[in-house]
Amino acid sequence: MAHVSDLIAEDIELYLKTHENKSLLRFITCGSVDDGKSTLIGRLLYESKMLFEDQLAQLEVDSKKVGTQAGDLDFALLVDGLAAEREQGITIDVAYRFFSTDKRKFIVADTPGHEQYTRNMITGASTADVAIILIDARRGVLTQTRRHSYLVSLIGIRHVVLAINKLDMVGYSEEIYTKIDTEYRDFAREIGLQNIVTIPMSALKGDNITELSANTAWYRGETLMGYLENIQVEDETVGAGVFRMPVQWVNRPNLDFRGYSGIVVRGSIKPGDPIRVLPSGKESRVTRIVTGDGDLPQAISGQSITLTLADEIDISRGDVLATPDSLPGVADQFEATIVWMSDEPMLPGRPYLMKIGTKTVTANISTLKYKVNVNTLEHVAVTKLELNEIGICNLNSDQLIAFDPYKEDRDTGGFIMIDRLTNNTVGAGMLHFALRRSQNIHWQAININKQAHAAIKGQKPFVLWFTGLSGSGKSTIANLVEKKLYSLGKHTYLLDGDNVRHGLNKDLGFTDADRVENIRRIAEVAKLMVDAGQIVLVSFISPFHSERRMARELVEQGEFFEIFVDTPIHVAEERDPKGLYKKMRRGELKNFTGIDSPYEAPEDAEIRIDTTNLTPEQAVEKIVSYLMSVDALN
Amino acid sequence: MLTHLQRLEAESIQIMREVVAECEHPVMLYSVGKDSAVMLHLAVKAFYPSKPPFPLLHVDTTWKFKEMIEFRDVMVKKLGLDLIVHINPQGIEKGINPFTHGSAVHTDIWKTEGLKQALDKYDFDVAFGGARRDEEKSRAKERIFSIRSAQHRWDPKLQRPELWRLYNTRKNKGESIRVFPLSNWTELDIWQYIYLNNIPIVPLYFAKERPVVERDGTLIMVDDDRLPMQKGEVPMMKKVRFRTLGCYPLTGAIESEANSLTAIIQEMLLARTSERQGRLIDHDSAGSMEKKKQEGYF
Repeated sequence: MAHVSDLIAEDIELYLKTHENKSLLRFITCGSVDDGKSTLIGRLLYESKMLFEDQLAQLEVDSKKVGTQAGDLDFALLVDGLAAEREQGITIDVAYRFFSTDKRKFIVADTPGHEQYTRNMITGASTADVAIILIDARRGVLTQTRRHSYLVSLIGIRHVVLAINKLDMVGYSEEIYTKIDTEYRDFAREIGLQNIVTIPMSALKGDNITELSANTAWYRGETLMGYLENIQVEDETVGAGVFRMPVQWVNRPNLDFRGYSGIVVRGSIKPGDPIRVLPSGKESRVTRIVTGDGDLPQAISGQSITLTLADEIDISRGDVLATPDSLPGVADQFEATIVWMSDEPMLPGRPYLMKIGTKTVTANISTLKYKVNVNTLEHVAVTKLELNEIGICNLNSDQLIAFDPYKEDRDTGGFIMIDRLTNNTVGAGMLHFALRRSQNIHWQAININKQAHAAIKGQKPFVLWFTGLSGSGKSTIANLVEKKLYSLGKHTYLLDGDNVRHGLNKDLGFTDADRVENIRRIAEVAKLMVDAGQIVLVSFISPFHSERRMARELVEQGEFFEIFVDTPIHVAEERDPKGLYKKMRRGELKNFTGIDSPYEAPEDAEIRIDTTNLTPEQAVEKIVSYLMSVDALN
Repeated sequence: MLTHLQRLEAESIQIMREVVAECEHPVMLYSVGKDSAVMLHLAVKAFYPSKPPFPLLHVDTTWKFKEMIEFRDVMVKKLGLDLIVHINPQGIEKGINPFTHGSAVHTDIWKTEGLKQALDKYDFDVAFGGARRDEEKSRAKERIFSIRSAQHRWDPKLQRPELWRLYNTRKNKGESIRVFPLSNWTELDIWQYIYLNNIPIVPLYFAKERPVVERDGTLIMVDDDRLPMQKGEVPMMKKVRFRTLGCYPLTGAIESEANSLTAIIQEMLLARTSERQGRLIDHDSAGSMEKKKQEGYF
């Protein structure tokens, strides 16, 4: 790895001294498949002398064997990582590359240009300070260019290089360069991109990469490497009087020490500075800034530290420490942009985990206002978000969150969404602002509570949740169970799918999104009834794990019993009590559960009723004896 | 403004704290090499004044350099940490060694299988490893938090998106996570950090007269009498050092005069062969690291 500096050989200690003080720049390259992204990154690695002799030898061999440059060095081969990619000739995912010059260390996020682009580019861009947008000079500003630029503005990158590449293919024409530059700047203004620097180049031939090229004598700007080495992207929020540190971990080695560990995401802090804890609002003063290298007189944005405070106040992971004169907001309802990253669509009403800073809460989308077409920037009304779609929506969380708008602070305004069943990261979001009503609605303090309601009825309230295919026998069994409970002197109420759809839910259809909302409303009604001391029987197909789990979590533990009415689909179709299967087979019904709409069979139901083995009466007996056995009917 | 090393350090510490705050039963893989040395140093810093709240795990192969084992025991004692040493009993039973079984089987049984056994035996749900993205092409694409199936397999197509400083530490039953706090460090960063912080490293990194034999152009150190001598082969004393450390019969030495940290860094900067070249396991077949990782290798 020959850092060309002669210093290495002559005075290694002096060399190390200068390299100690290098700064770090993270950037992303954006372009579509043939814009020459991999070639550019390979070229940067090559030009910064980051390649070893064995790597170069390999490159020469590979270039001859599978290269696309007629035996010349094919730099793209340096960065095509995985075996599958080498075969298909595409890059699959986000890869990170490293190189350094005498001034800076660089981390490049390299993302592929095919249809998974939005997800990968947002991921790579989330940690980038600079974006390089590549344009093929022969093709000019394309739909993809607009899409990449929109995503760059969405993720809040403040410095953009417009790299007009492959200029060698158009005879290094200044006219073409100027035309593309003008057209791009007009568009960039529309989407609010600032600080754009345009560089004419050929990554393949090396023009204007590290040295100004004689081929573009008309160009008066700097080289790409020159720009990257010199651009000032210092965290614009450092020292601005605003301090933020989400508490990661409470450090308690012994009874005499209690510290709060975290990374300073914004501003600076000194011992003696006042501090407020959010969301609780408690205040104290910093006494020490503790690190493994000793105490610090001051900590700044980007440092991992441990703070001790003057007062013993209750602080835990997920709280945010902030300066009292410039506080983050605290809310549980927000407007946000969400980028969806999962094959399973995002459905409004469905609960997801939301991780913001060091806090994880449960959240759902209350309103999906519209999605943005990333190619045309048009707003389109939708009921769900598919993979790679971007939506503007209202969001509810089950706990208060301390936050800043994303455009002010990536760390306290950006969040990820996690599916509660698969545990995968399914979305990323950026908070805009708190909705006013979250500040105005307060829960009424209620004196006559659930215990009081239940006591006067002499029973324990709970939910019996019957799930199963259409025609499985849910309603028949639920009816008989209700009769039985009534005869035992219990106050019950049966919520039946068909009946509720005629009233409360008559505005809902049978798409996945509507099915989720259907169940959400029923679950909330069941919860209110349990609160009123009632035993609630719910008989709904309720095809999805997530919503059944949501219903379960709305009430207290031990108040929810899931009953899986397990009837094979061919048996249900034979029975067909409402003639629905026949209708469906005639093509008159769409989104039919078990046929063209999924049914996710419960794995953890309290009771499973196999209707091919049990009569309805036997089923009732099984359910009631189960309830007796868990003491629910005393 | 922070320097690049300060930013890398802060990032690694944040990653380690996130694991400790969110995961039940973490462990730190300690391979005794220079990357492990840096990772251990960062762990001590991350939780100071507490001790790192997890044990170290060394998956021993019985073929490590003697000096590595000595160094390991000294470090652990000095820092007062818990160390678990796991040696695959099957490896002992079958007498697995690189000479009769080849480097592929040797690595698979001692390292890959040994690691899986240890993680299962102690029920660790998260394991820190010192891998860096600049080491090898397939590493460049791996996440900092890398989910492994119950069989410890890595599926490059099923990686979770990793945004900002937000790491998803949730996993399904049986799954585990490999966490790489040094992902964004390069070899030069590691050496520079060792230099700046006076971090102790195994003396094998420094040049010294050592008994070696030359095989297929690679210098192999005769660390003990288990190395079978080929016909007419006699160990010769040469001033050598190691750029990476592993099992002694599989680790090539380089001839060198570098006996100080600055000399090592100087030599590395002027060197012309990349780091893993000295490690024989990567050369078995094209894409071999990717394949090993899918099978559960770190």
